[in-house]
Amino acid sequence: MSVLLETKAVVKQFGEFRAVDRVDFRVQEGEVLALIGSNGAGKTTLVNLISGLLTADEGHILFRGHDVTKQPVKERIRAGIARSFQLVNLFDQLSALDNVALAIFSRQGKTRRLLSLADADRPVWQEATDVLALFRLDAHARTLAGGLSQGERKLLDVAIAYALKPKLLFLDEPTSGVGTREKAPIMDTIVSVVRSEGISAAIIEHDMDVVFSYSDRIVAMHQGTILADGTPDQIRRDEKVLTTLIGTPEPPRPSQGGG
Amino acid sequence: MSTVTTVVIPARSPIRRLWYAAPVLAVLLVLPWVAEQYQTILLAYGLVMAIAAIGFNLLLGYTGLLSFGHSAYFGVGAYAVALMVKYLGVVSMELHLLGAIAASVLVTAIFGIACVRYTRIFFSILTMALSQVLWSLAFKFFWVTGGTDGLRVPTPTLLGVVTGKGDKTAFLVHQYYYYVLGVFLVCVAIMWVIVNSPFGRALQAIRDNETRAQFVGIPIWRYRWVAFMLSGVFTGVAGALWVPLNGLTTPDILHWTFSGKIVFMAVLGGFRTFVGPIVGAVVYNYLESYAVGYTVYWQLFLGVILVVLVLSLPTGIVGTAERLMARRRGPR
Ligand SMILES: Nc1ncnc2c1ncn2[C@@H]1O[C@H](COP(=O)(O)OP(=O)(O)OP(=O)(O)O)[C@@H](O)[C@H]1O
Ligand SMILES: [Mg+2]
Repeated sequence: MSVLLETKAVVKQFGEFRAVDRVDFRVQEGEVLALIGSNGAGKTTLVNLISGLLTADEGHILFRGHDVTKQPVKERIRAGIARSFQLVNLFDQLSALDNVALAIFSRQGKTRRLLSLADADRPVWQEATDVLALFRLDAHARTLAGGLSQGERKLLDVAIAYALKPKLLFLDEPTSGVGTREKAPIMDTIVSVVRSEGISAAIIEHDMDVVFSYSDRIVAMHQGTILADGTPDQIRRDEKVLTTLIGTPEPPRPSQGGG
Repeated sequence: MSTVTTVVIPARSPIRRLWYAAPVLAVLLVLPWVAEQYQTILLAYGLVMAIAAIGFNLLLGYTGLLSFGHSAYFGVGAYAVALMVKYLGVVSMELHLLGAIAASVLVTAIFGIACVRYTRIFFSILTMALSQVLWSLAFKFFWVTGGTDGLRVPTPTLLGVVTGKGDKTAFLVHQYYYYVLGVFLVCVAIMWVIVNSPFGRALQAIRDNETRAQFVGIPIWRYRWVAFMLSGVFTGVAGALWVPLNGLTTPDILHWTFSGKIVFMAVLGGFRTFVGPIVGAVVYNYLESYAVGYTVYWQLFLGVILVVLVLSLPTGIVGTAERLMARRRGPR
């Protein structure tokens, strides 16, 4: 397995506070990785740095050997980094199908076209329909994204990122805010898509049952640093993780928490 | 991809909508032959404002940016024409339109660079401030612009052959009316394609969620800038077409209150729909003309009517009509 993404001592500071503190983080080609850690550990911030929503104060981010630390979002997407969001981020007044189609138009560089009809581009709509089907959203193709249920919105958020055909997909709490019973089907859907396409994925997740059952490797963060890194079995037995993360009960979380 | 599914054809069937347009077009075509001259001229004004309003609405309805400075581009179009006549002696309406397009591209390109970095109220205020700069320049350089007196503009030559020599009213009611109608239809067609293009979808995506638009790879500032220019150019074309009707350009059309009228037209007709601003522009134009005719307190009168209309029809005339029609077709 080769390294797909590597961060070297990245730092993100908010004022005096270091949300990400010299983190070395790696994703291997083809793996499904879980990023865990208590609220405020710096998981989302790390993903923001890698995806380009924030720029690192120090350190480097290498994607397939190229330094992307300072690259604009658009370039990182073109290179193959896509993400979903902890708080769902959709185009609420567009239909589910339009949401996905837009990602495809953008990926194909077609959003620059202003004198051709979007609806006439059959291959794009075919692909968008297929993507929705993969994520079991085909019944809601025509529904405005704003009118979907929370679980469907989370799936659509992932579907949009997936439609960009990334090599590396960051999923920031893909099941947050959905009922316990809905979690497994959502994760099943996402992980099966990711695995069948050979996409590498880094999934931020709080539910340890979900983490242990779906991931090849687990990285635990704590207070802006990496606490542990290993296979599910190793992490289960890791003293530091047990005491800092799993041993202590999680603080109650609002249905949509964090940044 | 392994899953086999059938293509879902997007629900908005554009062709069906054209059927609704056919009777309206027929009315527009025969109007000069059946209506009073005054009515036809009013409608010509309405169509001109409709072009400005659809341009404006590319920003408000589709990109989510409320410009309070579209008077600037309307004025740039109009003054471009007046100055072409004054300094270059150009009388061809086609050249006037080209000149107005060139001038509004230039001005919007520059203003746009400053404005598109902002959204919401900051965008609105900046666009308004910039338009006020142009307004005050029109006074300052009175030897060029004629100051408050404005610039008188004779009737142009249409398509190199039709001139307005002789009966000016007859010219405006017939030849010029059809000319405006023709340009209006071309503008509507182009704008319709733009809002339904992949680019138009990208604008709507930016409107709905800027961050996510960025994360599907859309360069938001650049796209907003292009939308800003397109929007201003349509409004500039409207300004150029307005000149022969009015016969005179004055700085009022650069004043922010004129921008306010354009905003009102879009909101009145319904900025969430494509045809809303067109309907709004025509209706507003009638309302204003009749209000002026009936009472000296026309601004107050008009203000009250507009407040009542907006309160009772929050989605605008077209939005409300669509809802009523959907209800009549029965629950779906
Ligand atoms: N834009 C910001 N400005 C200031 N502080 C921030 C900002 N974003 C995050 N932080 C802080 O940085 C820390 C890490 O936040 P982050 O969102 O990365 O945590 P997280 O691990 O994703 O937590 P959660 O599980 O709650 O989502 C938190 O203490 C948070 O308050
Ligand atoms: Mg987070």
